[in-house]
Amino acid sequence: MKKRFNPKTSQKIAFTILLLSALVTIIPVVVIIIVVIKNGISAISWEFLTSMPKNGMRAGGIFPAIVGTFYLTIGATIFSLPLGVLAAIYLSEYAKENRFTRILNLGIVNLAGVPSIVYGLFGLSLFVIYMKLGVSILSGCLTLAIMELPSIITATKTALNSVPKQFREVSLSLGATKWQTIRYAVLPYALPGIITGTVLSNARKTGETAPILFTVAAFYLPRLPSSVFDQTMALPYHLYVISTQIPGIEKNITYGTALVLIIFTLSLNLVGIIIRTRLRKQKKW
Amino acid sequence: MNDIIVENLNLWYDKFHALENVSMKINDKKITAIIGPSGCGKSTLLRVFNRMNDLIETVRMEGKIIIDDENILSPETDLVALRKKVGMVFQRPNPFPLSVYKNITFGLEIHGINSEDSFDNIVENSLKSVLLWDDLKDKLKKSALELSLEQQQRLCIARLVAVKPEILLMDEPCSALDPVSTARIEELMIELKKNYSIVIVTHNMQQAARVSDFTAFMYLGELIEYNDTNNIFTRPEKKQTEDYLTGRYG
Ligand SMILES: Nc1ncnc2c1ncn2[C@@H]1O[C@H](COP(=O)(O)OP(=O)(O)O)[C@@H](O)[C@H]1O
Ligand SMILES: [Mg+2]
Repeated sequence: MKKRFNPKTSQKIAFTILLLSALVTIIPVVVIIIVVIKNGISAISWEFLTSMPKNGMRAGGIFPAIVGTFYLTIGATIFSLPLGVLAAIYLSEYAKENRFTRILNLGIVNLAGVPSIVYGLFGLSLFVIYMKLGVSILSGCLTLAIMELPSIITATKTALNSVPKQFREVSLSLGATKWQTIRYAVLPYALPGIITGTVLSNARKTGETAPILFTVAAFYLPRLPSSVFDQTMALPYHLYVISTQIPGIEKNITYGTALVLIIFTLSLNLVGIIIRTRLRKQKKW
Repeated sequence: MNDIIVENLNLWYDKFHALENVSMKINDKKITAIIGPSGCGKSTLLRVFNRMNDLIETVRMEGKIIIDDENILSPETDLVALRKKVGMVFQRPNPFPLSVYKNITFGLEIHGINSEDSFDNIVENSLKSVLLWDDLKDKLKKSALELSLEQQQRLCIARLVAVKPEILLMDEPCSALDPVSTARIEELMIELKKNYSIVIVTHNMQQAARVSDFTAFMYLGELIEYNDTNNIFTRPEKKQTEDYLTGRYG
């Protein structure tokens, strides 16, 4: 007779392996955060956050980069959210299952897999050069917006599908048109999911350097942008610049900038989660 | 006159023949019960009257259904107007996760109202017509989901009444309720009959006997027998009806 493991032992081994795998996945996150905090916290001060860079970026603050990233985040969302939500409504509520729809869906899936540098080049050729918007906040926002679309569409479709079927049925049975039903009986209940999905994915995308590299980011611009046709500094690109192009910069300035970028992203995530909890509380079913 | 005249109605789900040659006349300001074993096509028939079956892509229908001299199965039928006139109460109470007030004004916001009537008035009258006003007049802001199931079902009827329908379709409206609530909803139906024609699907024969004026017995997609409720329950003409009523199947 073959010898078999004691089921209790194998259960223990399986549990340990699973637990270890879970731990391994969070170790990098924890290490990154610890290292960044440890090396960067000493740079953080009111002045660092609110003043212009000085001395070839070796001193002073990162205010214009923070403001720039803030503008880009908001600006990109202004374009991507309505477009993404409307597209998702069309795809999940109106589109018939046919070849055209399949191609559209396939396109969206593939859009999500395109490397961000390709978006950057696309933005450069379409917005900056072809549409003559120049290297500007507008071009940067549009480029980021296109990059954000797939995840917003996916989040919206998921949120629409998770609204109970009976809401639609009741609404239609009361004589509402299809659009009224979507507008009044579906969208309000899908909103928490849409907003959270949008905020969470946009938070990550605004941390990317490649899409803004050729479309908006300024190497060094120690003033605030005055219109959407201005260039602007932005945190991710600024971080790239000071870590690679500025010899002899204090380590804590680099890590301090990284820390601010991380906090920016995390607080956006937090906002997303708070909005979701709020809206969920209002509309429970 | 809000009679519903059904002429040679056939309905298929894809290839499945779910309603076979159904003809009947449903009378104005009466309660008509549709009974029969599960899966015989009761809900399907009910959902033809407000064309809710249209939501299912595989559905195909033949025949005529005449309401107010119009064949509602014709492709030109204005579904919005039809569903305003022919409202539906569902098996499970399904209020929106909104306040009591907002639930009732849902239909009003969609259809708009005559200026002489205010939302407040309509909410009050709708709640009165389902005998909820005294219980809820101070709780209009309360979430509908905090109400008891019976109150929720009444609220759903009030939400419907607010858009001024003429015919009420009810698909097993008491199946989620306890016997006491069921009895009270039945009383409400008899009250509502003064103003509305009611068609109720039920698998509960006693309920049909208690509330309805006419009863239709369906079996495997066919209308087997349709008559005065009294006649059906005391002197059924068809053997199948008798078998069903005496509990031999279903
Ligand atoms: N959407 C559908 N697609 C295919 N078949 C269906 C659909 N809905 C109902 N049916 C079938 O039609 C028959 C009648 O269903 P239904 O009207 O719901 O019965 P009842 O309400 O009397 O229980 C059943 O055999 C059921 O399986
Ligand atoms: Mg049914």
